[in-house]
Amino acid sequence: MKSLVRSPRDLLAGLIFAAFGLIFVVVGQDYPMGTARRMGPAFLPVILGGLLTAIGVAIAVRALVRQGPPLAKFSSGSLALIAGAVAAFGWLLPRAGLIGALVVLVLLAAAASRQVVWWQAVALAEFLVALSAIVFSWSLGLPLPLFGTWLELLAP
Amino acid sequence: MDILTNLAHGLSVALTWTNLGLCFIGAVLGTLVGILPGLGPVAAIAMLLPATFALEPTAALIMLAGIYYGAQYGGSTTAILINLPGESSSVVTALDGYQMARKGRAGPALATAAISSFFAGCVTTVVLAAFAPPLAKAALNFGPAEYFSLMVLGLVASVVLASGSLLKALAMIVLGLLLGLVGADVETARHRYTFGFRELADGIGFVIVAMGVFGIAEIVRNLEQADTRQRLATGITGLMPTRADLRRILAPTVRGTLIGSLLGILPGGGALLASFAAYSLEKKVGAPEVPLGEGAIEGVAAPESANNAGAQTSFIPMLTLGIPSNPVMALMIGAMILHGVQPGPSVVTEQSTLFWGLIASMWIGNAFLLLLNLPLVGLWVRLITMPYRLLYPAILAFSAIGVFSLSNTTFDIYLMAIFGVLGYVFIQLDCEPAPLLLGFIIGPMMEENLRRAMRLSDGDATVFLTRPLSLIMLLTAVLALAAVLMPRARKTREEAFKES
Repeated sequence: MKSLVRSPRDLLAGLIFAAFGLIFVVVGQDYPMGTARRMGPAFLPVILGGLLTAIGVAIAVRALVRQGPPLAKFSSGSLALIAGAVAAFGWLLPRAGLIGALVVLVLLAAAASRQVVWWQAVALAEFLVALSAIVFSWSLGLPLPLFGTWLELLAP
Repeated sequence: MDILTNLAHGLSVALTWTNLGLCFIGAVLGTLVGILPGLGPVAAIAMLLPATFALEPTAALIMLAGIYYGAQYGGSTTAILINLPGESSSVVTALDGYQMARKGRAGPALATAAISSFFAGCVTTVVLAAFAPPLAKAALNFGPAEYFSLMVLGLVASVVLASGSLLKALAMIVLGLLLGLVGADVETARHRYTFGFRELADGIGFVIVAMGVFGIAEIVRNLEQADTRQRLATGITGLMPTRADLRRILAPTVRGTLIGSLLGILPGGGALLASFAAYSLEKKVGAPEVPLGEGAIEGVAAPESANNAGAQTSFIPMLTLGIPSNPVMALMIGAMILHGVQPGPSVVTEQSTLFWGLIASMWIGNAFLLLLNLPLVGLWVRLITMPYRLLYPAILAFSAIGVFSLSNTTFDIYLMAIFGVLGYVFIQLDCEPAPLLLGFIIGPMMEENLRRAMRLSDGDATVFLTRPLSLIMLLTAVLALAAVLMPRARKTREEAFKES
């Protein structure tokens, strides 16, 4: 049976846009709209949110009519590793310090490549740690904790 | 003449040791960015923006600008040598450039790219100096209604000229506008859409959005493709082009510069569109000895001069009106805001040191690039073989540290990861990320102008239509949209992008 959805990418995109639009409209109900002369905080966001919802619906409806390419391969593994590496860095930075966080970031990120060469990844991590410590902490004087709170627990 | 005194003033600013050094660094970094596929000027500028925090605004912009037009030089190197354009604007250069390399004429091809780029760089520096100040002066008479309509026109025009689905691009713009409004409302101080996160009180940092959508998402996308890089076509001997070559590249270079200058100013314009258009023009108008596509030196000169011209003239709307015509300019505006410079027509007069210093630095930067690119080709060639698996973790590391350094909260790092996921999802669904960034930067400015216009007109919404300039701009936007939606125009647009 021929699929009802002619363009799955457009349908998904349209739904996502509509969802975002609705969020802005609904949450915007909590803020005062004001008048046209004195626009409140909700005025423009609610209007734009409505516009976005309308465009999203239009795209979704069009997806039922206009032919489009099938859904592309979604590299959820790579995405999880890369985004996860960044998030892990954020979580580890105050706890394990720049050194620990950076090593985890580089190794997790490197794992996402099909052509990963582990000794190179480790070497890269060491290189970046040294470089960052010099460039960011030392010369630019940024308050980046090198070791973090965990190490303070080990050696108070 | 006024221009000359101003340029002289600008040169005196640009020639300080700090600014000279930063211009050089920007040029080198830009070349690197152009050479390394998988790293583009948007991600690089977003990554380095936090590092410029300690610098003077002029110095910061000089360096960041150098990255943008430097990338136009670097991208052609890989396009010619291994048929792998490092920059999207060099895609067209690869068509003839690589063919020339295969016939053993890589040297003249590279030299042509550098020379025509330099020519374009010099000419557009003068164009900037000549046209920006009068434009800014005219814009000083704009009221908030005109500004609002101008921003609408700019946003609409940016998607009209872009490829891909118009509706989706519009949706991305609106989403960008909405995301830009997150945070404390300037006028009422009411926290909007912050969901209780006090880190969002100042809104979402634009570096976060840029790095997430253009950096992280791009990386995941690049990892999907295997890292295949062909070896060099042939060795590089004989760098210098012959006198006959030089005669042949003159006309295409001039044409390319002209088209690049025009298209760069248009919103949505910039290096990419300029290079494509110049190549098409050259095909129709040029008289090459060898047909275009088979190693015609004209096919290298035209797009290369165009992409440089386009890159530099795209600074005009940014510097004179405060309107970004492409994502790089959006980041430049963000950089200005970060350094406490209010973008808009007053920049030319009130921040004249910044303005003229930046313009003069472009000429100097182009000179650096001309000198850098030819003798150091061997070095660049070696860098091409650097595996992507070593590059992208470094990009992530610098971005994460950079983002943290701006606000000192790990919240922003999480936010960047979220935007990375969002950006990847959008890319996989054929939604261009560039309009999102443009809308994001413009959002707050649009609201401010809308509010002011409404207050001045006492709530009368027709003010946008009664004021003549505003009406013209809005009409143009509507016409542009309608024109693109017409079936005939739609087909030509799709064909134009199929050329690549």
